[in-house]
Amino acid sequence: MLEIDWFLAVSAVMFTIGIIGVLIRRNAIVIFMCVELMLNAVNLSLVSFASYHGNIDGQILVFFALAVAAAEAVVGLAIIIAIYRNNLSVDVSKINLLRW
Amino acid sequence: MLENYFPILVLAIVAIVLAIVLMTLSRILGPFRPNATKLNPYESGMDPVGEARDRYSISFYLVAMEFIVFDLEVVFIYPWAVRYLDLGFGTFIAMMIFIIMLFVGLLYTLKKGTLDWELNNYRG
Amino acid sequence: MDYLGDIQAFLPGVITALAGLIVIVIESLKKDSSATFWVTVLSLVAALFFSIQSLGTGLDTAFSGMLVHGGAVAFGNVIIVVATLFCVFISEDYLKGINHYYGETYALILFATTGMMCLAGSNDLITLFIGLETMSICLYVMAGLIKDEKSGAEAALKYFLLGAFSTGFLLYGMALIYGATGTTNISAIGAAASTDLLFLAGAALLLVGFLFKVSAVPFHMWTPDVYQGTPTTLTAYFATASKAATFVALIMVLSRALPVMEGLNWQMVFSVIAILTMVFGNIIALVQDNLKRMLAYSSIAHAGYALVGLAAGTPEGYSAVLFYMFAYTIMNIGAFGVIAYYERNKGMDFSEVQNLAGLGFKKPVMGIALSIFLFSLAGIPPLVGFAGKYYVFAAAINAEMVTLAVIGVLASAASVYYYLRVMVYLYFREEHKPVELFNPTLLYKGTIIILAILTLYYGIEPILPASGLMELLNSYGNLGAVTNVLIP
Repeated sequence: MLEIDWFLAVSAVMFTIGIIGVLIRRNAIVIFMCVELMLNAVNLSLVSFASYHGNIDGQILVFFALAVAAAEAVVGLAIIIAIYRNNLSVDVSKINLLRW
Repeated sequence: MLENYFPILVLAIVAIVLAIVLMTLSRILGPFRPNATKLNPYESGMDPVGEARDRYSISFYLVAMEFIVFDLEVVFIYPWAVRYLDLGFGTFIAMMIFIIMLFVGLLYTLKKGTLDWELNNYRG
Repeated sequence: MDYLGDIQAFLPGVITALAGLIVIVIESLKKDSSATFWVTVLSLVAALFFSIQSLGTGLDTAFSGMLVHGGAVAFGNVIIVVATLFCVFISEDYLKGINHYYGETYALILFATTGMMCLAGSNDLITLFIGLETMSICLYVMAGLIKDEKSGAEAALKYFLLGAFSTGFLLYGMALIYGATGTTNISAIGAAASTDLLFLAGAALLLVGFLFKVSAVPFHMWTPDVYQGTPTTLTAYFATASKAATFVALIMVLSRALPVMEGLNWQMVFSVIAILTMVFGNIIALVQDNLKRMLAYSSIAHAGYALVGLAAGTPEGYSAVLFYMFAYTIMNIGAFGVIAYYERNKGMDFSEVQNLAGLGFKKPVMGIALSIFLFSLAGIPPLVGFAGKYYVFAAAINAEMVTLAVIGVLASAASVYYYLRVMVYLYFREEHKPVELFNPTLLYKGTIIILAILTLYYGIEPILPASGLMELLNSYGNLGAVTNVLIP
């Protein structure tokens, strides 16, 4: 078996990729995908910790994280469609009506 | 440690090398006389229809989004079903409450008309 | 398992969840029926009744240790339900007025309220996460209620993207805490806490997620945009109920899962964030012309005052935060309610402060009510806002954080300027052009008047008399949990 460090490293790298994506990309859908990547990176951490500790609390939390991510995806895509209908663009740098 | 995964690495390498070798051999040994028909994408013998990148009806996305939500709830039902005999009747009622909640969601989306393919009755 | 006992323990939440389902069924069978409003109001009144009933009971666990009830949580539930009830009262008229009245809004409000109660009463990282997300997802949808206007859709998108981003941090924090301790139960985490780097990183990420939700600086960027783009009465809901729920959860987590240890001083962290939040929120609010943005920055500043109580880290500080959230809820819903009333009048954009010129005398009740709420927000005695600030700063001084309290008082003094500025426009400026103000419905007017009376009443006779404050609190062990907050 692999040691838990490897899984945690992969998870941390995925999480970082997600953060960087959110910070530098300008397409709302891509930003949203990066957020999903972050959540899934956490899920990987949770299952590896669960297997490391030998209890299933972490796996249960993963179930709920998955369900929440799905609900978030539905709401998020609906909001992005609403933005697209208003602006004909999902470029977040063009969404600047409200500031200061 | 990592040596346990060595066979998988070997398998991956063999698969890649085999694919490259076979494609190169067939190009070298076989005659290569392309024409328009031969270069067409293979669609089970029919004439190719339309572009590969097609625009889908919005209905696909609506149904897909609703599918995702209902699909993931199964995640909670499976573990319960597997362990039901140990968990007792109380959890049956709990699970029924959960399913009734899902049903209310389904009722709402049905009445809202989002599952209607033509979106004739859509009351956005 | 004792199912009925569990349901009994979470009864307010069960009632609101059930009412939410009923509202959805009614809405799908008959669109925009007036029954949805009454189901919502009835269920909230029932939830309020049961929350008040559980006030004064000791902290106890339910659902196999997943939830806690009684004690501080019961008081948190009262704040949440009161906020929801008043917001529903003023939303009915307002949303009809701006032609965005949907029955689903009530279902969303009810589900969000359930989520808030689950969040406030969570005793496990799993329920904490579910409660927070149930609340947040409903709020994302409500932020985009005016989806056919750019500002509404923009508010929803900003709230959603940043909210989901912060959820990522929160969840990663939970994963690391779970990795360090091997449990998701909050009390067990407190017992297994260490100054291990893994645990510290997890706790820090968890707190980032929380601080985002209470819009503390530097995680406040979304607040003004979301508050401006959301329908005003729902903004009041965002600003009060969700913040109160998050603060209660923060108190429960801080007091029970993150004990004070050597090399682990959360008080210092919270002091710095509280100072940043108070100073920044008040300074930016000084230059706002839009009332909703002004109140958004003011709500950031108020989160800062509440954080002062958390920084104190004593049972006194925690109960001061609870009282502060109660005070803030009453006066802020009132302020947003009056602004929503002015905003609905046609002819000018009445969320701009200049356009309020001379309107104070035209509808005296609304003018006086707004003055009371703004004075209270500024912290002028004898209103409830003053009592709240007094307890918070007193707790900080008793915990030997005098600098923090002094900075808080100074920031609060600076805030008087922008609250009074609104009143100057209301009463001491000439009208730009004659505007006819319409008459609000009886329910709307009554709600505003009741809120104004409560603001006065609890200012004169606060829930927690300062002398008897400590007697009303039980703390057990070194975890210092708030177990009892009573109303005499």
